[in-house]
Amino acid sequence: MADDKKDIDAVSGVETTGHEWDGIKELNNPLPRWWLWTFYATIVWTIGYTIAYPAWPGITGATAGVLGWSSRGQLAEEMDAARAEQAVYLSRIEQADVNAIAADPELVQFAVAGGSSAFKVYCVQCHGSGAAGGEGYPNLNDDDWSWGGTLEDIAWTIRHGIRHEPDLDTRFNDMPAYGRDQILDRDQISDVAWYVRQMSGQEYDEEAAARGAETFEIECSACHGIDGEGVPELGGPRLNDAIWLYGGSHAEIVAQINNPQQGVMPAWGDRLGETTVKQLAVYVHQLGGGQ
Amino acid sequence: MLDQTAVEKLDVEAVNKGAKQNAQPLYAARQKVHPKRAEGTYRRLKWIIMAVTLGIYYITPWLRWDRGPHAPDQAVLIDMANRRFYFFFVEIWPQEFIYIAGLLVMAGVGLFLITSVVGRAWCGYTCPQTVWTDLFLVIERFFEGDRNARIRLDKEPWTGSKIAKKLAKHATWLVIAVATGGAWIFYFADAPTLAYNFATGQAPFIAYATVAVLTATTYVFGGIMREQVCIYMCPWPRIQAAMLDENSLVVTYNDWRGEPRMRGQKKAKAQGLLPGDCVDCNACVAVCPTGIDIRDGQQLECITCALCIDACDAVMDKVGHERGLISYATLADYNHNMRVAMGGENSGAIDPSNVRDQNGNFVDAIRGFKWREMLRLRTIIYTAAWAAIGIALLIALGTRDRLEVNVLHDRNPVFTTLSDGSIRNGYTVKILNMVAEPRTITLTLDGLPGATMAINGIDAEPGTTFDIPVEPDKLRPLRVFVSQPRDMVAPGSTPFSFIVEEGEAGETDIYNANFEAPE
Repeated sequence: MADDKKDIDAVSGVETTGHEWDGIKELNNPLPRWWLWTFYATIVWTIGYTIAYPAWPGITGATAGVLGWSSRGQLAEEMDAARAEQAVYLSRIEQADVNAIAADPELVQFAVAGGSSAFKVYCVQCHGSGAAGGEGYPNLNDDDWSWGGTLEDIAWTIRHGIRHEPDLDTRFNDMPAYGRDQILDRDQISDVAWYVRQMSGQEYDEEAAARGAETFEIECSACHGIDGEGVPELGGPRLNDAIWLYGGSHAEIVAQINNPQQGVMPAWGDRLGETTVKQLAVYVHQLGGGQ
Repeated sequence: MLDQTAVEKLDVEAVNKGAKQNAQPLYAARQKVHPKRAEGTYRRLKWIIMAVTLGIYYITPWLRWDRGPHAPDQAVLIDMANRRFYFFFVEIWPQEFIYIAGLLVMAGVGLFLITSVVGRAWCGYTCPQTVWTDLFLVIERFFEGDRNARIRLDKEPWTGSKIAKKLAKHATWLVIAVATGGAWIFYFADAPTLAYNFATGQAPFIAYATVAVLTATTYVFGGIMREQVCIYMCPWPRIQAAMLDENSLVVTYNDWRGEPRMRGQKKAKAQGLLPGDCVDCNACVAVCPTGIDIRDGQQLECITCALCIDACDAVMDKVGHERGLISYATLADYNHNMRVAMGGENSGAIDPSNVRDQNGNFVDAIRGFKWREMLRLRTIIYTAAWAAIGIALLIALGTRDRLEVNVLHDRNPVFTTLSDGSIRNGYTVKILNMVAEPRTITLTLDGLPGATMAINGIDAEPGTTFDIPVEPDKLRPLRVFVSQPRDMVAPGSTPFSFIVEEGEAGETDIYNANFEAPE
């Protein structure tokens, strides 16, 4: 393109760019005007935008922008707004006791939603996402409560934990290790286990169970009740039902009498605060087994 | 007989003439179209359609319809916030959107039907772009005069009177544009309340934004872009070709009687020439809102507004020819008549002596439109499909349930073993009371031996039947626990039913659920 003469395409009468590929020339058609003006407008917009908002990168960070906007700040604002909306209900929950909360449908709705989300963060590790528990971890859907299933009982258990020794109000009991500490001999333990199976409506050895009944009355009934109906005040689990925390076979019952497993649950009161504890209690209570 | 002097040849060029366009560069600046006012049958029809369509659009949101104290009294209301759509006596819940979908399908099939019968009637008569452009043209004529006056005005230097005229025109356009955008939002909220809030600055931001956007589009599309929307933006001109066939009525310039067009026909006859009916006055071009010459044949730009028919008919009346030099005609008739005019050949020159006999009447071979041609397999199928969907929708609407029950079975846990060994399943039962009055719904557990249910938040002994009060036009979700005694539990999955009943209207609905137990 050494010469200055414009190269005009013969067919269209339009100037070419001078670029040519195998005889095909590129026409230098002008951009549509509306497109061009839009393009200029975006450039003008950019100037204002980069002054107003964080834009130009520097060594330690970008320019802050005169409006002072930041995505982190926006998130904080949105979180504050959400907290402000929740605060109305949270302050009502803070002031009411659990029974009063359960009597107010609006608060129940809020507490169940809040309790459900707290449960999924703090509780599902042991109790499962559906609160159905597992071996050694209680199912919270059923109607069997070692430490009581009223709203207040549940709230207390969450607040102070179970066998969580730093908390002086924690739920605490300690079943003796009848086998390990040689309080009962092997046969006695086996007999008691048969008797426990009898009272829970399972297959059992009649003679052994009859022998075990005497031992049960002496050694076990104080905590588990005369008929194995449980003593929630002491955390003595009910035995005459279909629910077993550590299994209901003869061998599993023998193992538990020999050397009891004793579950531990942390105290959540200090960590989560009273409003969250109340919401969790309301949530757990409405899972189906609350008393 | 022929009063040639009465017909003035208009100085007009079809700015969107096809042949001319092809020679233009791709990015030609728009040449303004100054449509002349037309008078006649189709113009009158268009005025009526304009009044009706604009009337429907502006007035509908203000119509009231009494639905009792528990529902809005606006006849047509799209209540997004509460997810309800009201249309006079019909109320649609979101899950009933199929009725709207059905209406849209009917609109689509209806458009096919209309197009296959009378071409782009939608474009020419009822499309909002056409209606509002027409309205904006009325304003333009009111302030600036008809075609010639407007052309003169545009060429004039900017004087005080020109500025005043232009300002008045654009101001009126803007008022109409605001009213157009304003009317739209009333379909989505109680119109009087929203109007008051809008005027006093209390309406939601989205209302103002919607009005602003629709004001802008109305003003720009109707006032400034006009025919460019149809020619460059709208996909319909590209699609319509598939809907048309040789028996569709389209606005047609009948070359077979018009050609050879010439002015000064008396003189021509004296010289022994045989002119066609077209006196080449360009009236059809002058009235065209899209700036084409219909005499160039079928064109993508033609929205079949039929104003050229009116213009031409007026001229034909003056010069003493039959009306219909430009008319609604089918391609089949047109091709047939063209063959007659060309002496039975498929190409060649048009000879007016083939078309008219010595008395000046059309020869018998010339064919006109017959109504029977509208009845074709294609139009019958469209009509049948359209009617079938409509009847199906009406039947569905007449027999639809206003009471429903939906059930979600808990998945985690699927079942829970209780102390006494019985098995419990949890369900979320949703009762839909779809009428605008409070009702007490009976929920019954059926087909599960010995089982009872308990409902969270309802203080009652477990049983198999509960009376559930449900608020008007609301869904009530219930947490329902179904328990079956140990000795009656069947292993695995057992089907049973939740039944909802309403005594007064005798409505009922059943949900077939499953009860899960250990295998």
